Amino acid sequence: MSINPRAVAPPARLRPDLQAIADLVPPQARVLDLGCGDGALLESLLLQKKVRGRGIELSEDGVLACVRRGLSVRQGDLGEGLADYPDDSFDIVILAQTLPFLDDPAYILGEMLRVGRQAIVSFPNWGSWRCRLDLLFTGRMPPAADLPQAWYEAPRRQPFTITDFAHFCVTIGLTIEQELYLAGGTRIQPRTMKNLRATTAVFSLSRTQPRIEAHPA
Amino acid sequence: MDATGAPTGSVGLVKAQYFTFARDMPFALESGASLGPVTVAYETYGALNADRSNAILICHALSGGAHAAGFHSAQDEQPGWWDECIGPGKAFDTNRYFVICSNVLGSCYGSTGPSSINPATGSPYALHFPVVTVGDMVRAQIKVIDHLGIDRLLCVAGGSMGGMQVLEWAAHYPARLYAAIPVATTAQHSPMLIAFSEVGRQAIYADPSWQHGDYYTGGRRPDAGLAVARMVGHITYLSEESMHQKFGRKLRNLEQYGYEFQTEFEIESYLKYNGDKFTRRFDANSYLYVTKAMDYFDLSQPTGSLAAAFVNSVDLKYLVISFTSDWLYPSYHSKRLVTALHAVGADVTYLDLQSSWGHDAFLLEVETMTNLLESFLDRIAREAQVALPASVESTTTRLESGFA
Repeated sequence: MSINPRAVAPPARLRPDLQAIADLVPPQARVLDLGCGDGALLESLLLQKKVRGRGIELSEDGVLACVRRGLSVRQGDLGEGLADYPDDSFDIVILAQTLPFLDDPAYILGEMLRVGRQAIVSFPNWGSWRCRLDLLFTGRMPPAADLPQAWYEAPRRQPFTITDFAHFCVTIGLTIEQELYLAGGTRIQPRTMKNLRATTAVFSLSRTQPRIEAHPA
Repeated sequence: MDATGAPTGSVGLVKAQYFTFARDMPFALESGASLGPVTVAYETYGALNADRSNAILICHALSGGAHAAGFHSAQDEQPGWWDECIGPGKAFDTNRYFVICSNVLGSCYGSTGPSSINPATGSPYALHFPVVTVGDMVRAQIKVIDHLGIDRLLCVAGGSMGGMQVLEWAAHYPARLYAAIPVATTAQHSPMLIAFSEVGRQAIYADPSWQHGDYYTGGRRPDAGLAVARMVGHITYLSEESMHQKFGRKLRNLEQYGYEFQTEFEIESYLKYNGDKFTRRFDANSYLYVTKAMDYFDLSQPTGSLAAAFVNSVDLKYLVISFTSDWLYPSYHSKRLVTALHAVGADVTYLDLQSSWGHDAFLLEVETMTNLLESFLDRIAREAQVALPASVESTTTRLESGFA
């Protein structure tokens, strides 16, 4: 895992998938944003929700952009875990659009729910109908709607679908508290066929009792 | 700001000031010894605001002094040691902040040290000067800050040994500062650092002109030993990559090898030049005392836990900066510090800045450093609701978001 897909020019308005995350964050929460990119989400949370925000970002440009926004950010690699942070030191730990790039998602999610009470995760859905049709008719692996890199571009990512993720949560013992879906930047409220219709999913997760132990890196 | 309103400028001509304390009651040192009277040389740039809340203390490294910015006379070739970051419109913007830099105890740039006159004997202290620590240096700085009537510094910043002073301030006097910027430093001087200090000291001891420190009157000074100490220092401030870039295997004034023991390679010439130059500006005994102070520095004592040192300092804002090619104070020293600060829940911003310049990077990576420092200071000035100094309030040109 090296770059962050959010390390781009600051948007005038918060990107829809980031806004969806922001909507799930309660006011005045203690928030840790993993792979916080240029800090657009954290800044918005600080201003709109008066949170106590901290970020972790790998790229120097990202850290510099965050400091310019007046944010408190540390440079670090999520692959090394969150060992610096004591248990339950945050209310919310955010991982936006970074999950497909992580070597060990179970480890990071375990760490997120060790240092925080709740995890908010957003990811692109390779199960959407356009991805499926792409593969069916062109025979080529589709790029995800919100992650336009080609399959060979660094950093490498692992495609998965909303259904994959839901199964994964059951497997590692996470409870899905809330779920939001987007299709091409618009919030949708599907009763059925989420995995077919959504291009991005935002899940709020908590620990299924008893607390899961993060397995060693 | 200059007449054209250009964003960067010089603080211009500056003058050293002196504050003397412990005239009656000697100043108690960490070692148990005491010292008095004690003089601290300092310089200030910019103006204090009405409630004295815009003061920033800059701490210098091993061979530095209070002269951090501007010029002492129109003939000076070099400005103060951190002039690129201190001045109107610069990172430490003297239009907004009152910047203070003081010379450390034990040094030779105006503060009391081994070359100062011992009032008991009328001659220089030499090795009768008591061994001082980074803690002692900081307590001497506090006397100056008290003298200036400042209760709480907006920020204390410094690199290398200056960074150690920053950490000493943060760990032991958290009520006296709002934010701390330790750069290219460590909370615990490592065995490797002690080893390099000791090589430098041994070079001085081995010089027959050192005469156990009593060289101030005879005319013979341990220049050869001090020069070697400085050469070792310079090696540790570079990186292999920067040596390749700067010197490579290039020969100086030679087409081919001379097969003799002259200065042949550029790198040799660089070290020799800097070693010699250093003997004209620094005192060998001060080199012994100041390196010794660094060697004793270990904030994890007495508990053994670095986090424990900061339990009362969680309300400070920290900006920790290290450099990827700094092998003297490697990034993992800063990361260990960041870990300790996170463990106690402090507000830490950390960047391991990409640079090939080794330890020297903290003085050379001006552009990125300026970016970082400016933004961080903007933020803490805003959070601490620091007002502009009166002399600047009337000019509207630089009224920025940092000031309520």
